[in-house]
Amino acid sequence: MSIASTTQQICFAVLSATTVVGSIGVVLLPNIVYSAFLLGGVFLSVAGLYLLLNASFVAAAQILVYVGAVNVLILFAIMLVNKQETLAAIPGLLVRRLLSGAVCAGLFALLLRVAFTTAWALPGPPPVGEEATIRIGEHLFTDYLLPFELASVLLLMAMIGAIVLARRDVFTTDVITGEPADQGLIEKERTPLLIETTTPEPTLLSKP
Amino acid sequence: MSTDLASPIPLEGFLTVAAMLFCVGVWGLINSRNAVRVLMSIELMLNAVNINLMAFSNYLDGQLIRGQVFAIFVITVAAAEAAVGLAILLSLYRNRETVDMERFNLLRW
Repeated sequence: MSIASTTQQICFAVLSATTVVGSIGVVLLPNIVYSAFLLGGVFLSVAGLYLLLNASFVAAAQILVYVGAVNVLILFAIMLVNKQETLAAIPGLLVRRLLSGAVCAGLFALLLRVAFTTAWALPGPPPVGEEATIRIGEHLFTDYLLPFELASVLLLMAMIGAIVLARRDVFTTDVITGEPADQGLIEKERTPLLIETTTPEPTLLSKP
Repeated sequence: MSTDLASPIPLEGFLTVAAMLFCVGVWGLINSRNAVRVLMSIELMLNAVNINLMAFSNYLDGQLIRGQVFAIFVITVAAAEAAVGLAILLSLYRNRETVDMERFNLLRW
């Protein structure tokens, strides 16, 4: 037991604890903004676990894509839809939570049993360590070339789809017939949804 | 099982963390009322799968790290899924003026 292995074990304990506690917080916290920031913490901890697994490139990709893009996107979505609404009570909510909790606990027990009773072929071949990035590049341009190109097509499709789904229609004339569009259908002409129309103080609302 | 050559952390440790993360994600997916939180739970589950892939890649497939390549593809698909999912969510919010999952029953039988 050298110092390096003890350090690795301490790092693993801290990272796994932050991952699990953070994920429970993501699911349970009532304020969703806190959940989103905790989600960023969970992603960072997972990136640390990847570093423990000799995968520096995937750790960097995790931080770039998840923390830098997905988490920021989720925060943007929260800011856009963050209307404080009182959710209507539904009957049997507690029963549903307990039942799904029991199902998840059963799934967890099953996964643990599989993980601890399977005879893994350990120790496997020695890990490549620092050469992992080179190996990934070789894989991506030889035997995984088709999925790599398909992933680029998928990203393009997702980008176009997201733009089409999330844009607002602000045409003043119908594109096909050239007639003036029904302005009532255009969201720009409606009352903005985020402003409380029942607020008795209109001076606050008229502030640009 | 583990000799001095092997990693000081057992493979089962990573599998346990991934299992816990996945189960928390499943619970949140079932029980969340806010649609954004449902998307966050899906991201948690994808991360749990990625931890599994990376652990197997390091411990059982150390030379041809195919699990890492799989994890990169999963990250790509997850990014696309998050973008499209949040766009759908914005469109839904614009039409229904709520993010309550219990009121999105348009496609229920």
